[in-house]
Amino acid sequence: MADTIINIKQVWKEYGNQVVLEKLNLSVQTGEFVSIVGASGCGKTTLLNMLLGTESPSRGSILLDGEPMPTEPNATRGIVFQKYSAFPHLNALENVMLGGEFAASPFLGKVFFKQRKKLQEKALEMLVAVGLGDAATRFPNELSGGMQQRLAIAQALIKEPRILLLDEPFGALDPGIRKDMHQLIRELWKKRGLTVFMITHDLSEGFSLGSRVWVLDKPRIDPQQPERYGAQIVYDIALNTDQVIPKSLQSIINKTAQD
Amino acid sequence: MRLMNSKPSRSMRLALNLLPFVILLVIYTLASDARLLENPSDKLLPAWSSFYDAMQRMAFEPSKRTGEYLLWADSAASLQRLLLGVGISALIGLVVGVVNGMLPLIRATFSPLITAISLIPPMAILPILFIVFGLGELSKVMLIIIGICPILIRDLQLRTQTLPSEQLLKAQTLGANSWQIMIRVVLPQVLPPLLSAVRLTLGSAWLFLIAGEAIAATEGLGYRIFLIRRYLAMDVILPYVIWIAILAFVMDTLLRLLSKHAFPWYHGKRGSE
Repeated sequence: MADTIINIKQVWKEYGNQVVLEKLNLSVQTGEFVSIVGASGCGKTTLLNMLLGTESPSRGSILLDGEPMPTEPNATRGIVFQKYSAFPHLNALENVMLGGEFAASPFLGKVFFKQRKKLQEKALEMLVAVGLGDAATRFPNELSGGMQQRLAIAQALIKEPRILLLDEPFGALDPGIRKDMHQLIRELWKKRGLTVFMITHDLSEGFSLGSRVWVLDKPRIDPQQPERYGAQIVYDIALNTDQVIPKSLQSIINKTAQD
Repeated sequence: MRLMNSKPSRSMRLALNLLPFVILLVIYTLASDARLLENPSDKLLPAWSSFYDAMQRMAFEPSKRTGEYLLWADSAASLQRLLLGVGISALIGLVVGVVNGMLPLIRATFSPLITAISLIPPMAILPILFIVFGLGELSKVMLIIIGICPILIRDLQLRTQTLPSEQLLKAQTLGANSWQIMIRVVLPQVLPPLLSAVRLTLGSAWLFLIAGEAIAATEGLGYRIFLIRRYLAMDVILPYVIWIAILAFVMDTLLRLLSKHAFPWYHGKRGSE
């Protein structure tokens, strides 16, 4: 049996009086693919930021491999945002090489000669793996939206993170391209034994990709003081291969359509 | 067709571009002829031939007093001051702007100071510069630096702060430390905005240069103009002014081309949505 990689214990997140998330108790095994769905503004991104390390819980603790979560982003957790993940001033190959260069050259952040050759080969391999082998010398602004996301994924995976965080990674893409990206991410997840957390507002995407779905919603609402209660994980669904989306879920997600 | 939808053809656009210049030249020639007809020794609007003679004298005959070719000596002196001032300002602007923009601790310390300095009119402290740095080159270069540096710093700081936070987070997840992010992610991305900021401040730099030269110098384009003003020598002043405009235009064009060639990624189509 796989071991626990993330353990969320009694976590509350508050900004002043406003409770965003409450009573989160979750543990995630290595190799799970967790889709996080919920209405907009319900704290999905806050949860992801806590996993990334840019925000910390107000109460409770998040453990990574049994240790407290670092309070800064680092190389154990890779991330792909909806956009702006790739660096516009570097071409695709250089974008992917950057992770290796940071590690190899603390002062210049840039390597030369033999070392560079080696990093180039490794980066090119990664680009081929995400289907960008032919676009190695192109700059991000010369790539389509889908290709930019492929690049962002390659860039994150070159550091071999154990956890990959995806913040609505395919939200800005056309449906057809989205399908291709699903296939790519599923392949990479299986092949590399990654633990993935993906935020999405597309329920079917969450269910078709994930091995587990978290649905965030506010189960309690005080009409006088809406900020009094935060969102919780109202459904934590482990998915088998074929599962129909429960009807009751759709109504929760439909709130998303308002944005 | 609506006026807003009619566009000039290529040749027509060229003709329209030149038209105002031609009109100005014609008006000048007519006015100058009229005045010279009345008073052949009029100095206000010299004839084209006087310009030619004056420039022949300034550019291609050594000065009787110093043996220098005045136009070129003046240009060299002015350009040296200008390039020094602008170059040092750009360097300071880049370093301070990026550090300020990236590091909240530094920003909290220095940002109010820089804002305060930028509110002081540089010309008001020119006397202080002359007192502190003497009447030599340093005070004139310092005037340019004090005049344009705060603008460059604030612009670069803003550019740094408006880089998408996603990029900075991504770099951190790639294992970079602050220094590496500064030199590999932030610095290369604010170089093109630095060049455009320098282009915009060149006008002010010339202003401070000529003001400085007018007050204390022994050579330079601004010095010359203010010197011969005493003799109403419009035949030299006007060509000098046009020469300064040409120099400014060339510098602006060079910077634009440099930016285009050195940073193609910045000038290509911005992000495909």
